[in-house]
Order: sequence, then C-alpha cells, then structure tokens
Amino acid sequence: MKKILAFVCALAMMTALFAGCGNNNNEQPSNSGNEGGGAGIAVENIKVGVIHIGDPATGSGYSYTHDQGIVAMQQNLGLSDDQIVRKNNIDDADATAIENAMNECIEEGCNIIFATSWGYMDTCEALAAEHPDVFFSHGTGYKSNGTNFNNYFGRIYQARFLSGIAAGLKTQTNKIGYVSAQGSENGECTSGIDAFAMGVASVNPDAVVEVKVTNSWYDPEGEGQAAQALIDDGCDVIAQHCDTNNPQIKARDNNVWGVGYNSDMTAEVGDAVLTSVVWNWGAYYTTAVQNVINGTWVPGTNVENYFGSLADGLLDITALSPEAAEGTQDAIAIAEAAINDGSFDVFTGTYTDAAGNTIGCDGVMECNDGTTLEVDGTNYAAITKYYKNVVVK
Amino acid sequence: MISLAFILKFIVAAVGAGTPLLFGTVGEIMSEKVGHLNLGVEGMMSVGAVAGFAAGYATGNLACAMVFAFLAGMLSALIYAVLTVSFMANQNVIGLTLTIFGIGFANFVGVYMIGRTGTNNWQLPANLIEQMKNVDIPFLSDIPVLGKLLFSYDPFTYVGIAIALACGWYLFRTKAGLNAQAIGENPAAADAASIRVTKWKYINILLGGGICGIGGAYCSMVINGGVWISDCVGGLGWISVALVIFAAWKPQMAILGSFVFGALRILKYYMPAVIPIAFFNMLPFVITAIVLLAASIRGAKGSHIPENLGNNYFREER
Repeated sequence: MKKILAFVCALAMMTALFAGCGNNNNEQPSNSGNEGGGAGIAVENIKVGVIHIGDPATGSGYSYTHDQGIVAMQQNLGLSDDQIVRKNNIDDADATAIENAMNECIEEGCNIIFATSWGYMDTCEALAAEHPDVFFSHGTGYKSNGTNFNNYFGRIYQARFLSGIAAGLKTQTNKIGYVSAQGSENGECTSGIDAFAMGVASVNPDAVVEVKVTNSWYDPEGEGQAAQALIDDGCDVIAQHCDTNNPQIKARDNNVWGVGYNSDMTAEVGDAVLTSVVWNWGAYYTTAVQNVINGTWVPGTNVENYFGSLADGLLDITALSPEAAEGTQDAIAIAEAAINDGSFDVFTGTYTDAAGNTIGCDGVMECNDGTTLEVDGTNYAAITKYYKNVVVK
Repeated sequence: MISLAFILKFIVAAVGAGTPLLFGTVGEIMSEKVGHLNLGVEGMMSVGAVAGFAAGYATGNLACAMVFAFLAGMLSALIYAVLTVSFMANQNVIGLTLTIFGIGFANFVGVYMIGRTGTNNWQLPANLIEQMKNVDIPFLSDIPVLGKLLFSYDPFTYVGIAIALACGWYLFRTKAGLNAQAIGENPAAADAASIRVTKWKYINILLGGGICGIGGAYCSMVINGGVWISDCVGGLGWISVALVIFAAWKPQMAILGSFVFGALRILKYYMPAVIPIAFFNMLPFVITAIVLLAASIRGAKGSHIPENLGNNYFREER
C-alpha cells in the first residue's frame, strides 16, 4: 500500500513539475515584451489580494474609499473580476484573522496583497519573510523590508492646507471647528490639523481653529455631537478627520458650512460642504500592480516605499461648492501651483500670495503653546503640537 | 464666558442625545415589569432602525416611518416572547442572540439597499429630512428661554416623552398595568388571582419591543441625518438596559434618567479640554452607582427590581 502511495505521490509531483515548466514557457514571450525585461507577470496571470478592515459595500468611509481605488486599478489595467481577491471585515487587532485572510489570498495565487489598515503591519512583515515570492504592500504604516514588503501613504497635509484656504475665506465668525478622531498625541491627526490651520492662517490671520476630539476612529453619534458642540460655540465651518458624514450633516442642518474628508461628501450632504479632502488610492494601486506586471518590482530585489503627493494624484480636494467664498478658487490655485512645483510643501518652503505676502513657516512652526518646532518634511507625522491658531476646546 | 444661550444649546443637545435612550429604557421597563429581562434591546432597536428608515425612504412620511419602526420592533420582540414565554428558553441567551440577529439583519438590509440605489448611498428624501428637524412652533418657540427649553426639539423627543408618560400611567394607574406588575413580582400568585399571565406577558413584551423600535429609527434617521450607516444603533441599546436601573423601573423617571445620561454623554464636548476625556466617559457609571446607593438608602416604594425578573413561569411547577 505504502509503495503505491509513494508512486502516486511521485507521479503527482512530476506532473506538477511539468505543469510548472509549461507555465514558464507560456510566460516567456510576454515577459520579453516588457520594458523591465525581468521576471514580470503577464496581465492575464496576475492576481491581486486586498484586505479590508470594513465592508466596502457600506457605500462610504475608509474601506469604500480604498476599494474604489482597487476598482480604478482594475479598470486601468483591464483585469477581470476573478483576478481580485477581497477579504472584508478583517479586524486589524486580530492577528489570527489577518494571517488567515492573507494565507487564503496566497493560496488563491495572489502575487500582490494590499493591506489597507495600520494594524496589519506586523502580520505583513512576518508573512513577507515566509513567502518571498509574494508582494505585501501595507498602507499607512512605517515598516518595510526592501524586497517584498513596502509601505504606502501620502502627503494628505497638502490637500488639507488647500481646504484650509476655503474654510478661512468662508468663515464670518472667525471660528472654524475641527472634529478629530484622535488627540494631539496622534501625529497623523495633528499634522493634518496643523496643515489645515496653516491654510486658514494664510488667508485669514484672525481666524482660530477649534479642535474637538472624539477618541475613536468611528463613532457616528459622537462625531455629530462634537460638531454640534463646535457650532453651539460659534464655529461656522466644520472640518473633520473622522469617518462618517455626520459632522457635515450637522453643519448643513445648522445652516453653516463644512469641509469633508475621505470621499466627496457633497454626495450625501449637498453644497454646504465647501470641498472635501480626498484620497485617490487608485493612483497608487495602479502604479504598484503595473510595477509587478512589467517586472519593475521583482520579489527579492529592491522595492521602494511609496509616499504620494498632490502631483501624483494620490490626494486632492474636490471641486469647490457654489457656496464657497469669492476668490477661493484663485487663492487655492496659487498655493496648489507652489506645492506642485516643489517650492512649498506646507511645512517647508514658502510662496507669495496674490497680495504679495509670504506664506509658509519654512521649517519652523510656531505652536499654540508659544514654543516653536522644527519641521523638515520628513518628521511631520511625528508632530504632536498644534499650530499657533489652534485652540483645543 | 459661559452664557445662558450656550447653556440652553447644551440642554437642547443633551435632550437630543438622550432621546434614543428614552425609547430603549421605556421599552425595556415594559418587558422587565412582567419579569422578562430582554437583553435584545440593541437588536430590536436595529430592526426598528432599518424598518423605519426603509418606510421613510419609500413614503417620505415621518409618522409612517415611526409606525413601521414600531411594528418591526414588535415583530422582533415576538421572536423573544415566543421563545421565552411559550418555550421557556433562557431569557439571557435569547436576548443576546436577538441582539446579534437584529444588528446583522439591519446591516444586511442596509448593504443590500446601498447596492440597489446606484448612487452607493442609501438616503432619505429631502422632504422627510425637513420633517425630522427640530420643531419651530410660531410664537411658542420664540418665547425667551422657555421657548427654547420646551419647544425646540425634534418630533421623536415629544413622541418619546408622550410614550413614557403613557406607559407610566398604564403601569401604575390602570388595573391592567398593576396586574402586569403582579406578574413580574410573583407570576404564580398572579395566576392564582386569575390574571392571564401568558397573555399579559406577550402584550408587555411586544409593546416594549415596539417602543425600542422607534428609538432605533431615531438612531438611523436623526443621529445620522438620513444617511444609512451600518451598526447605526452603536451600543445605545445596552446603555438603555443599564438606564432601567437608574430609572428605578419607572417610565416617568426614565425621562429624567435618559436626559441626564444624554447630558453626561455630550458633556465632554461642551466642557473646556482641561479635564481628560476618560473622566467624562466614566461619569455615567459613577452617577449610576450614586443613584443606586441613594435608592437603597432611601428604600423608596415601588422602585425595586421586579421580584421574578429573569425567571420563566411554568404553571405545572407551582
């Protein structure tokens, strides 16, 4: 019995071996056609895995925005539906669930796996070492191994600065509210608030930015209540760094204005949203998968991290609402041009506005506690102090 | 610094935050008064949330949305009632499963509807959103201070207060209500006194579920401004279960209790940020402990836990 089993096994192995050769032969012509000339993967053979923390079908929010990026990538590259493997509702604090989801992606033959939430980082690192032939691309984190595990994120503060201009020009009470998911200890939120506040200050030195913290990344009720409290305190523009539309809805219902985040919130709220700060993750997903296809990224060789900008199209602000103040478009255009030509990057560099004022802190940020902080464009994510016109309420 | 106008705005916001709790608490009191601890408040609210939202979406009428939320809440309570009253299943287990079922059902319908709208969001019509806004009654709402204090809430709040008062009157001022309370204290004695135990258990549990359902509709329709969001009840059902103790099983007290809890929940956004948020998150529990302590010292009549709460009644075991 054992002998027969061994024979069958050997036969199976040989078949697999030949099948493997066959695949290689098939791929050879398409590879040689690519610019990279290396071991790329033909478009029809690539498989992309995505790990979502929520369910993209919910129509808005974090996972939806990422999934729109995946859909854009799929259309740009002409992939079929069965070439995308989605794993939804993977709790990013549950290491076993993350590992299972990623292993399932690998078993289904994924060549590249996008892990969209912070908490997936350590599992990515471990599995990248186990599976050197699969790419792990992790969003919003900081770890990478240079060979088959990179991280991706973007200079969202550039878009926040531009949205601050819209808010600063619109406010009449000179009080602008900002609903933040986390307090000053979180560099992602804090640097976003600082960039927004700098945008406000660039056009309206008298305005203050009042911050309220919900202490949660997703708290529909609390986000609305925090916005209502800001409005009750006299704020007439409500910006946000949190997941739901509720701050914008509160702004609309109280006849004031807002600045949305993540997706274009005029869809749900209407013209009370002056503009929204948005991610176009499709810009990165397309680049990344293209790199795998044409052999620019080969497992085991140098794979760089991705840190996209306004110029890359990874982030943007949406078209201004008709309710935005007069001259907003021009003021934003001047700042945007300065950001895109590299002379100004919110925390570094300066530019001259239409009135001839020099805008920008040029590496030394004045904080609201009277001190100054050196910012050089790389440490911005570690900023835990607020800009001078920010008030924590 | 803190003006009267600001305090008034705080009170209005606190009542808004307390309204969903009011429905959940009164609904749970109705059920607990006949001896049935229903831990499915969160689930019944979720089912009411999606049913009310769907009815509002289809008809654009607020009253219609409330009625459907009430009926859906009743239907989900019927599951609980059949299993615990007729089949004598464990109340805690059935309540917990009802919560899991209700949340899942609501999210399932929500995601299905989002996929069907074509715009990738499920939204209420604009005329309904207009009906849900805080009322503005001519003359009455313009009275200084009092007008803002009494006549500036959304329609749900007034419905909630009316329901709470009606339930208080029913439980403490009508024969049927007193009979229902007797069931919660000692079902065997009530049975011997020819009170129809099973019938009144069903009636109270179903009414309670319906009231919870309207509270759910408040979550999906008002809190989230007419845009469907998954998990829209977000734990308010659980706070309601706890509030029953704070309200000492009295619907009238639930009005005060839910607005106090509403105030405590939003206090952190209205106070200067010198005090850490963790302190405010702790406050509701501290207040509950103090109230429980005060109640036990005072030994107030009628404000104790129904004697037979959590136990099913099986006639042949008498």
